[in-house]
Parts: sequence; C-alpha cells; structure tokens
Amino acid sequence: MNAAHIIDVTRAQLFALVRRPAAWTIVAAMIVLNQVFSFVIPYLSYRSADPSGFDAGATPEELLAGTLPAQIVTNTLGGFPVFAGALALALGALVLGSEYGWRTFKTIVTQRPARLSVLAGQMLAVFTFIAGTVVVLFAMSALTSTVVALSEGESAALPSVGHLAAGYAGGTLVLSTWAGIGAALAIVLRSVALPVGLGIVWALGIENLLSAMARTVLSALEPMRDVLPGVNAGSLVAALTPERIGSSAPGVAETVSGGRAVTTLLAYVVVAAVVAAWCHRRRDVA
Amino acid sequence: MTASPIIEARGLVKLYDQSAGPAVDHVDLTVHAGEIYGFLGPNGAGKTTTLRMLLGLVRPTSGTATVLGEPAGSPSALARTGSMIEGPAFYPYLSGRDNLRVVARLAGVPADRVDPALATVDLTGRGRDRFSAYSLGMKQRLGVAAALLKDPELVVLDEPTNGLDPAGMRDMRALVVELGRQGRTVILSSHLMAEVQEVCDRVAVIADGRIVAESTVEALRGGTSLLVAAHPTDRATDVLRDLDVVDDVRRQGTDLRIDADPRHTASIVRALVMSGVDITQVRRDERQLEDVFFEITGRGNELEEVAS
Repeated sequence: MNAAHIIDVTRAQLFALVRRPAAWTIVAAMIVLNQVFSFVIPYLSYRSADPSGFDAGATPEELLAGTLPAQIVTNTLGGFPVFAGALALALGALVLGSEYGWRTFKTIVTQRPARLSVLAGQMLAVFTFIAGTVVVLFAMSALTSTVVALSEGESAALPSVGHLAAGYAGGTLVLSTWAGIGAALAIVLRSVALPVGLGIVWALGIENLLSAMARTVLSALEPMRDVLPGVNAGSLVAALTPERIGSSAPGVAETVSGGRAVTTLLAYVVVAAVVAAWCHRRRDVA
Repeated sequence: MTASPIIEARGLVKLYDQSAGPAVDHVDLTVHAGEIYGFLGPNGAGKTTTLRMLLGLVRPTSGTATVLGEPAGSPSALARTGSMIEGPAFYPYLSGRDNLRVVARLAGVPADRVDPALATVDLTGRGRDRFSAYSLGMKQRLGVAAALLKDPELVVLDEPTNGLDPAGMRDMRALVVELGRQGRTVILSSHLMAEVQEVCDRVAVIADGRIVAESTVEALRGGTSLLVAAHPTDRATDVLRDLDVVDDVRRQGTDLRIDADPRHTASIVRALVMSGVDITQVRRDERQLEDVFFEITGRGNELEEVAS
C-alpha cells in the first residue's frame, strides 16, 4: 500500500460522496430520528398534561432536564447503537456496493493505486464522512437543546470539553463499526441491496432477539451476546453517558465494560477491513 | 517506430469455468512503442478478457504479461496507461466534468487537465450535465477523455466506437490516428474490420481465445493483384508468363489476375500492347481485411451477425 495513493483515493471518494444525494438522505434520516426521539417527543411530553406517556415514571422536570445542553452527549449517542448504526451500515454498503452496480471499480482500479490502496482509501473516506456526520449530529443536538434551554429559562451550559470529546470519539467508533461492517458485506456480496437487507435484519432484529434470549431463557448465550456489535455499541454509549436521566434509549445498556466495548468494536473494524481486503485483492473485477 | 516492446505477453490463459473451456488460450502478444495495434475478433473471442489481464482487472490462470516494462496491472504500469474497457463506467449522479475530476484525483494528475480532455472529445458544452443524462455516444467519449487524462504512453481502447454515430465514429478514428502521431502506443480492440484496417499498423486476429494471425495490415491482406481485361486472353497469358515482374497469372472469369508489384503496371501494359493484345481495363485488386478474417477463422456468418 502507498500512503500517497490512499490519500488520492480518499480525496476522490469524498469528492464523489459529498455530492451523492443518497449519502445526505442517510444523514438527514439520522438527524430527523435524533431530533424527534431525543428532543421533540420528550419536549412535547413535558409540555403536555400527561408527561408519563413518553417515559413512564419521569417527572416533567426530568423530561425537560433530559433535553437540555448538559445532556447532549446522551441525546446524540442514544440512537447510535440501533437506528443510527443501521443507517451507518446502509451508508457503508451503499458506498462500496454501488461500485459493483455501476461497474466503477474497474475505472478506479485502472487509474494508478493498487487494489489495497483503493480499498483503504475508500474505507477512510467512509470513516471521514461518518466523523463529519457525528459532528453534524452533535451540532444539531447542541442547537436544539440550547433553544429549549433559552425558551424555558434553563441553563444552556454544555458538558465539559473532555466529556464532549469522549462522546464524539465513542460515537464515531460506533458508527464507523457499523459502516465498516456494511462496506465489508458489500464487497463480499458485491451488491448494495443484499448487505443492507441482511445488515439491518441483523442489527434491528437478530441482535435484539439473541440479547433477549441470553437475558431471559438461555444464559449460555451470554458469551456470544457479549461480542455482538450492537451490544458492545450499546455498552460503550452507556459507559459514555452516566449523566443520563430517566430510562435508557433502546440498545443502550451496560452489558460489558466501556473498555471491553471499545476493544471489541475496534476488532470489528479490523476484521471487516481484513475480510474486505481479502476479497477485494483476490477477485477479478468485472 | 522503435523496437522496444510496450507489451509482452506470453502464454496467457484465462479459465473462468472449467466446463466452459478457456476464455483466453495461450495468447502471446508483443506490441511495440508507437504502434497502433488492432485487436480483431468477434464478440466472445477473448479480446476484452485479454485486455483485462493486461490492465490487472483479471488475473491470468497462467502465463505472464508486462506492460511498459512493469508487471501488468502494477501501479507503475497503470500510471502510464489510459484505458476504456468494455464501455465507460462513471458515477451517474455526477456531471461529466466532476467524474473526470474524480478520475484525476485517483490518477494523481492535476485537475486542470479535465477541461482540455473534455474539449478533445467535444464534450465541453455538456460537461456540467449528469453522466446519467448522456447518450451512449457521449458516455463513450467521456470514457476516452478519462483515458487521456493521464497523458498516457499507452492507450487501451476496447470498442471505442460503440454507440457512436457515423460522424462520431469518424472523429474517434481520427483521434486514434492522432494519438499514434503523438507517439503514443494504442491498442484498439474492435469487431469492425474496416475500422482496424483504417487506423492500425499491426493486427492480431483472435478467435475462440487464440491468436490465429498477427501481422501488419498489409501483410495480412497479402500482395496486391492486378485485374486485366485483355483480348485475346491466351496470347495475353503467354506474354505475361514471360515477364520477370509477374509472379503468377490466373484466369478469373473473363479477366486475368496477375500477382505483381503494382509499381510495374506501366511496363506490364506496355508489354501486352507491344505484343498486339488489346486491353480494355486494368485495375488493382486489394483484399480487404474482412476477406482475410473470414479465410482465417471461417466465421463469416458469425461476424456478419455481430456487425449487424
């Protein structure tokens, strides 16, 4: 692999990615879901006569406190283990899988960079886009929570820089893990639709099923549950948001320690990259 | 033209499926610097698979190939090679110009080469349009523009006139000839024999994955004959057989076919007239590459279907 070639590919891929409507549709979906579930519904519940409808047992004061700037790490990361993760998986599959559908891989790999440099550059572009997306999600959370705080006369103080940085890094790792899995599936299956379908069924269905079974009827499944990507993403988010008020978002639970979750998620990124590289290097390009 | 080989392939074999037989079967190729090299054969003959192996898109089952002195498909070879294989492939949501910017970044060449490349293929006015809105011919031309972005020493074009209208085909052939004049080596794959005959210096004919002939266009077409309508024919035949400059004389209908260097036409005519033979017509008869191809491969019907 050649570092200069990897940077060339990353620049080219980012140039194309930021002009791709589908990528912004995914980012928009993440923003909308985050805003609706972290701010709009809690705030409307707080303003309504029956606040218990949204979060049973939470007082109006707790609902309002949960939407303030002090909670932006919790509110931004809350959806990452499940819905944002699934969308990141779709993004990774979309970026790499489309190259097969449009047959643009042949255009890319006949320019100059070697195949592994091409793959490294493409993955780096996806992770860079994810990192930018997490910045946007934090910014939107900060904006909305500040508006709520100012309109309700509450404190608009943000968490410490250290807490924000840890939240940002953790969130980027969670989404990068899912995006890396999506990209690897796209390369293995050489398509977009199948990896997106399989990935989302896994992220939203099978993981929850396995977790529930391990928790309730089959404790022998616990070791397997503890290495699942969604479970580790939820554990990392739980570790990064000790200040959360009320019940946790779906998928956020301290099943394993934060340190172990980071290690497991990084391992998923590495395994995804190795599997993708192995397939990408040995296969003919149609 | 120099003798240094730009491409050297030895014993290239590609087997996609054991039961189907090899797509490419022990192909040897040598292409020299500055040549316009034609790769001629019907669809499915193995042209594109061979070119894919030379560009590193497909790994040979066996055999070796070097391109520009480097292993085929290596970054150092690709950096000096522009190519368009089996039709252009670009991002449909990007404009033609933006697609070339992507290619420029991938190739590590300055973005200021994009507009001249668009101008070369006459797409300047449509550079802002999305690739998905391009006609087949425009897509083809954008593919050629992308191939030229690197200012390559070697240009590999697979069926570049597909989808082009007659004027576009003429312009594309002129462009290929111009690339050769600029000193670039060009490999042109085509199933259109007139195209190969018009622009190529040397030709390889491929059928069923094998190179069945490789030579200059002139050598493949063979020597030029003269067709002479003369009376009396027997007297003319005797006179011609006595001439040193005539290699052979045969009857062809009411005419005589004479194998001889066309530069001797005047002396041949003079000898016949001086011998009292009346001549009503003398014309050169050149075999077309198409005739040669049919002779070599026995695939006349198949190729006619392809051409239609």
